[in-house]
Amino acid sequence: MSKFKKKKKGMPAVNTAALPDIVFMLLFFFMVTTVMRETELKIKTPKLPTADQVKKLEKKSLVSYIYVGKSKDGTAGDKIQLNDRISNVKDIKSFIFAERATHPEAEIPYLTTSIKADSESNVGTITDIKIELRDVNALKINYSTLQGSAIDNMKR
Amino acid sequence: MARRETPEINAGSMADIAFLLLIFFLVTTTMDTDIGISRKLPEKQDPNIVPPVLKEKNVFEVLVNRRDEILVEGETYMQIADLRKATIDFIDNGGGKNEDGTECTWCEGKKDPASSDHPKKAIISLQSDRGTSYGTYIAVQNELVAAYTDLRNRYANKKYGRNFEDIANEQQAIIKKDIYPQIISEAEPTK
Repeated sequence: MSKFKKKKKGMPAVNTAALPDIVFMLLFFFMVTTVMRETELKIKTPKLPTADQVKKLEKKSLVSYIYVGKSKDGTAGDKIQLNDRISNVKDIKSFIFAERATHPEAEIPYLTTSIKADSESNVGTITDIKIELRDVNALKINYSTLQGSAIDNMKR
Repeated sequence: MARRETPEINAGSMADIAFLLLIFFLVTTTMDTDIGISRKLPEKQDPNIVPPVLKEKNVFEVLVNRRDEILVEGETYMQIADLRKATIDFIDNGGGKNEDGTECTWCEGKKDPASSDHPKKAIISLQSDRGTSYGTYIAVQNELVAAYTDLRNRYANKKYGRNFEDIANEQQAIIKKDIYPQIISEAEPTK
């Protein structure tokens, strides 16, 4: 009788042998897409304004960034950061020339300057930057924003 | 003699190691979504050039003062939510003729003779103050660009049955040049 007694079946364990493969796949995905922030911000991280009429910046290598925001130690006024240090408006020209030097001649007309400015900063500072950019003929600019309704910028 | 099998390496903790790395990259990843309003700065002007004379009715003046208030056409205080509508009404008015004497047949505006003649002649002038906050400035710019986007979409939908973004590049170029050209002029901010 005991010959025919059915073996008691437990729930079979889920085979986890493929788990490392799945995790590795995810790992490689994130490794490939990760961009380590190349510049450390010396100013307070700008709170970008929101807008909905936005375009994507296509080629990252053609974009140079200008950060505008408040300084970390709380001194008044807008601070401009180029590369990794807080700079003066007058330094923008040499910054643009340095950026151009790292690109081949043919790419220069496509170079874009992205202005990442805090929504609390003054238009005057932005205008000063724009005048400097115009003087060196770096005419393509992009006001960096977040996706959202522009009307939210007005609410405080 | 009993053959000794080489013991297998225990790979059970492999997943843990991979998870650890995965979490590291998850945390450090910044999916940088670089989006923004693209604009082209005007080229440096020769100071000797005399600016062309414009009829005042063809200029839509938007003023933003240092208290972030918006003044339109020198008389109406406006909320940002109403700016887009007012801009569309101005561009799309079509009250007169273009330089070559053609009327705006695609305009749906009021044809008010006191407002703009033709979308090709309609100019938006944006004047801000140095003390205006950047957020407001972007909001105004956004609404002005949005007015053009809305009009171009309306035209593209009527003519091609699709949005402006989805039609062919040549068709886009025609709309950009002859139908609703985007003319936004920025004056130097007041001190």
